[in-house]
Amino acid sequence: MAKTLYDKLWQSHVVREEADGTCLIYIDRHLVHEVTSPQAFEGLKLAGRQPWRKTSVVATADHNTPTNEWDKGIQDPISRLQVETLDANIKEFGALAYFPFKDQRQGIVHVVGPENGATLPGMTVVCGDSHTSTHGAFAALAHGIGTSEVEHVLATQTLVAKKSKSMLVRVDGQLGFGVTAKDVALAIIGKIGTAGGTGYAIEFGGDAIRSLSMEGRMTLCNMAIEGGARAGMVAVDDKTIDYLQGRPFSPNAEQWDAAVAYWRTLVSDEGAEFDTVVTLRAEEIEPQVTWGTSPEQVLGISGKVPNPAAESDPVKKGSYERALQYMGLTADTPLAQIAIDKVFIGSCTNSRIEDLRAAASVVKGKKKAASVKQVLIVPGSGLVKAQAEAEGLHQIFIEAGFEWREPGCSMCLAMNADRLSPGERCASTSNRNFEGRQGQGGRTHLVSPEMAAAAAIAGHFVDVRTFA
Amino acid sequence: MKPFTQLDGLVCAMDRANVDTDAIIPKQFLKSIKRSGFGPNLFDEWRYLDHGEPGMDNSQRPLNPDFELNLPRNQGAQVLLARDNFGCGSSREHAPWAIEDFGFRALIAPSFADIFFNNCFKNGLLPIVQPAAVVDQLFREAASEGYRLKIDLPAQTITTPSGEQFSFEITEHRKHCLLNGLDEIGLTLAHRDEIAAFEARRKAEQPWLFA
Ligand code: SF4
Repeated sequence: MAKTLYDKLWQSHVVREEADGTCLIYIDRHLVHEVTSPQAFEGLKLAGRQPWRKTSVVATADHNTPTNEWDKGIQDPISRLQVETLDANIKEFGALAYFPFKDQRQGIVHVVGPENGATLPGMTVVCGDSHTSTHGAFAALAHGIGTSEVEHVLATQTLVAKKSKSMLVRVDGQLGFGVTAKDVALAIIGKIGTAGGTGYAIEFGGDAIRSLSMEGRMTLCNMAIEGGARAGMVAVDDKTIDYLQGRPFSPNAEQWDAAVAYWRTLVSDEGAEFDTVVTLRAEEIEPQVTWGTSPEQVLGISGKVPNPAAESDPVKKGSYERALQYMGLTADTPLAQIAIDKVFIGSCTNSRIEDLRAAASVVKGKKKAASVKQVLIVPGSGLVKAQAEAEGLHQIFIEAGFEWREPGCSMCLAMNADRLSPGERCASTSNRNFEGRQGQGGRTHLVSPEMAAAAAIAGHFVDVRTFA
Repeated sequence: MKPFTQLDGLVCAMDRANVDTDAIIPKQFLKSIKRSGFGPNLFDEWRYLDHGEPGMDNSQRPLNPDFELNLPRNQGAQVLLARDNFGCGSSREHAPWAIEDFGFRALIAPSFADIFFNNCFKNGLLPIVQPAAVVDQLFREAASEGYRLKIDLPAQTITTPSGEQFSFEITEHRKHCLLNGLDEIGLTLAHRDEIAAFEARRKAEQPWLFA
């Protein structure tokens, strides 16, 4: 019978299955960061257990680490303790690799894994972090888990899980100029809603997806969780294989051909059936801007802030009213008229080299608008930072009046010192526009790196397709 | 983990969709390396009028009198009635830790975010999915003060004060663990030989995964 990619990934990891469909799934790669792991290691210790396979673990510190003045260390004592706790736990329990604070390869866990070849096709990849869905770009079955599950994976190398339903999201056609993977992700969420993917594993397919780079596919799969899906994935093709060649943890020369031969099978078979199919036309996708406090509250840049009065569903109407109030927006305002205070280019969604190149191409030779208080450029990892500097991208940003920072999660969730003040409005390339996400009272608009860069120059949102 | 069997609990209704984990427990409290003590900061930004940071004496902070959790009628509530996509956002288990620590034992909504839903079961919390029409009805009924629901896990039923019953679904595995308050790791390790055999096979077939 024809199988979906998800069927293949699932079936190749089932250790055992109970009568009610509950399975034990074998876990190949366990990514670890400082926020969701301390209680798991503590649990392990209290029970006198050892990690089942420490070489499955790749760890880094990213959420609490500062993005400037590294010589001063981590100023916040509670943040520092959390990072030091990870240092101590890895020292005690071991790992395949650990990229601690200030390490040259340190960075956001979802950037670090793939760029080191620690995420490979056909793997199950878990992390105590919802954006683990990112790794599905490599035809891996990748999803976030809670801390109890982090402990469970450490202790047993397995996870208790039930198979999800399958959804194919097919984006046919060619994306227009200035329209990116981020816009595709937001457009999909706008279409299916933030709960649209609940209970599903999504495979992204179609010409527009195939034409995306690995970076773009990571951006897309990263946002699968914002559509409620357990996992997002893209089938293997030449781009997948080319990307992995020569990375530190990629298969060595002797194993390479066998690995590639297996990886080539990681596609949905012709005629495989999905529980749900959603289709979009690439040509219809505009650069997107969120206007509200949920990623589904999104529109193309030519749109206007919606009017709650026009909404008939009372729950939706209530959320719209609440969102407009929190965001300080008036119904029917054109999105292109919304002025911003800050810009954040970074996060596991959009902090890879391609994102920085795209932002730099918009910025080159221009200056930040005087009304914009701060523009943070936060590379996803030390390697991304080094690459960007080798290409001179940092000069373009600095000359524009932007701040070139050290890698980390930064203002994506504002756990370190980078944050919005109450009422500040931010064009952000991150993935969540929830209330308070980037700082209490802060107002987040999710956009692509190009759109964020253009907004930094203009002082308000602009259509990057006509921005010169 | 506390076992869950039956509950006759006061209902706190929270009439908003897409309640995310950043709202349930804001990030500054995630810096803790402990597993307990999150209850006072549950819904911190909605619940208090000032900005909360770890280590504050929460009993001295100004409360938002309009927030559901602060209403006198909701004190002691053990059942949280919610709307679609409750618990969306991050995987932070601090969210169910805070909800449990506050005193809730069960949640009812038309849908829950996947990771949050899983996390609840690891912490003695029972999240119950009900059709939107049932949830609407419960919201209407819960408008009257002192509204309680009986939740029976063995029978998989919710009973309203008027005696109306709704059934709910749960996998046998989860039911078994919740009823007995079981440590799942212990259960899994009973299959350690199967895991080891699977791993050995995998290593033979895809040695590059074990480099
Ligand atoms: S960049 Fe943001 S979304 Fe990504 S792992 Fe860090 S905090 Fe989470």
